[in-house]
Amino acid sequence: MSAQPITCQEIVELVTEYLEGTLAPEALAAFDAHLEVCPGCVTYVEQIRETVRLTGTLTEEQLEPGMREGLLAAFRDFKRG
Amino acid sequence: VQALEESQLVAALRAGDEAAFMRLVELYGPSMLRLARMFVRSQAVAEEVVQEAWVGVLRGIDRFEGRSSLRAWIFRIVANTAKTRGEREGRSVPFSALAGEEDDGPAVDPDRFRGAGDLYPGGWKSFPEPWDDVPEQRLLSQETRDVVDRTIAALPDGQKAVITLRDVVGCSAEEVCNVLDLSETNQRVLLHRARSKVRGALEQYLTAA
Repeated sequence: MSAQPITCQEIVELVTEYLEGTLAPEALAAFDAHLEVCPGCVTYVEQIRETVRLTGTLTEEQLEPGMREGLLAAFRDFKRG
Repeated sequence: VQALEESQLVAALRAGDEAAFMRLVELYGPSMLRLARMFVRSQAVAEEVVQEAWVGVLRGIDRFEGRSSLRAWIFRIVANTAKTRGEREGRSVPFSALAGEEDDGPAVDPDRFRGAGDLYPGGWKSFPEPWDDVPEQRLLSQETRDVVDRTIAALPDGQKAVITLRDVVGCSAEEVCNVLDLSETNQRVLLHRARSKVRGALEQYLTAA
């Protein structure tokens, strides 16, 4: 299948659909064909993946002790009815 | 959380098990705070919302049917509680309304691409510089994470809510649509804009000498 070629400027707007797996088959073929020949866009897609990974590291945080205690107290209150 | 652990936690919570409750608080508390913060003005109010939401979880756990994940169900309660609170504060714009209105700029500065008269219109003028050579230690440093954190904090509300749930908390697209009342398309558009901006900020930070 020969897909209509797409440009780098289009790639950067399609990358989220590409990673979400929601591109239509023809657009997906065009996207993959572009990556075959364009190291710049391969880098770009890699960077978006890396961005997602680094954003995911923000979760490693804990509740403040005051909040934990408040919730524990609320739980005990609730059980007492 | 594995499905098995989830069903055990649900059963334990129904039985009034304090350890199970505190396990859930540790697991989801920080994400619930982040989520609540999307709807209300201050951290203090977000904390109240989370507390109120937990009481809602305890009240409703007997009616939880497992049609969504426990997490999505809990987040939905947080979102609803926070929305009600946000409305009282006069902050009630639904995220779906924001999807179309939030700034619609391109993912990458158009200046980085060749113009219409060029042999390769729409091609990179120069390729983005790979981050392969950036040591992992620098990528995961507090400073790099601060760049990500600050960029997300400065995003418009809808984008901030979606990237927070998807990429910080780790929800699926379906969970995000459910929690924020967004269509699949709106969810994706907001995620796209948000990720593009965070990448841009990281590029600027990581490739600056």
